[in-house]
Amino acid sequence: MKSAVIVFPGSNCDRDAKTVLAATGLNPVMVWHQDSSLPKVDLVIVPGGFSYGDYLRSGAMAAHSPIMREVKAHAARGAYVLGICNGFQILTEAGMLPGILLRNAKLKFICKEVLLRVENTTTAFTRRYKAGQVINVPIAHHDGNYFADSDTLKKLDDNAQVAFRYCDADGAPTAAANPNGSQNNIAGIFNEQKNVLGMMPHPERHAESLLGGTDGKALFEGLLAA
Amino acid sequence: MKAKIHITLKSGVLDPQGKAIEGALHNMGFRGVKEVRQGKYIELDLAESDATKAKEAAQKMCEGLLANTVVERFKVEVE
Repeated sequence: MKSAVIVFPGSNCDRDAKTVLAATGLNPVMVWHQDSSLPKVDLVIVPGGFSYGDYLRSGAMAAHSPIMREVKAHAARGAYVLGICNGFQILTEAGMLPGILLRNAKLKFICKEVLLRVENTTTAFTRRYKAGQVINVPIAHHDGNYFADSDTLKKLDDNAQVAFRYCDADGAPTAAANPNGSQNNIAGIFNEQKNVLGMMPHPERHAESLLGGTDGKALFEGLLAA
Repeated sequence: MKAKIHITLKSGVLDPQGKAIEGALHNMGFRGVKEVRQGKYIELDLAESDATKAKEAAQKMCEGLLANTVVERFKVEVE
């Protein structure tokens, strides 16, 4: 299985992603955002960072980079796309996932470990987790406050498109466990077909015990088995 | 032609930055401020000399990039 990590000006989690992909056997190649063709891969990672300095809106400019046409075509073929943090913002701005990530409700940049409840374990991304499992994964963002209109939120629930919710140690998605004001404690969502995942937390930062946790590793292992 | 574009959050969308500005204004003694909503202003210098076409083009730019219509509305004026 092969993967590609898209590199935008301002990406800063691209090499973390590459390291995890290589360690998992997902054979990553790095692809510059101005490239207009994507090598033949099974998985595309749109990594975290601050593409274009978050000018205008986080992810707005990167969503129109030449490579994104290829990433859309890749997803339309049913192949896998994972957007992490700024990557999630880029996927919403590109129209590949519904909703938008607004400024955190308390206006602060938040960098800490959070707990997530795994909501749907029938996808390639989440198959290695148990239903309702609580995992520890770090967040590091200023704009992670997920917003969508009520019809969209209902659709996300009806189609089991919510991947992860911020929760407490018992797995309850409480207001106190919601770090950024996201509607319904949403931390990550799938597209309808479940081959595109966007999430604010960073699974690639918790894939080695040396870095403080390994709960993110199963996500990449699930993709390897896909 | 010049296009002047105002982008504002739709009503009902939480505006924490507006809220923070509101708090600061209250701290300064401007007690009469009931609500603050923050937006963006963008000016475009366009080669187009036809006002209708210029406005249409600017609207397309708003829909495609300048505004995110999930949460924002925009108003285009050309002159």
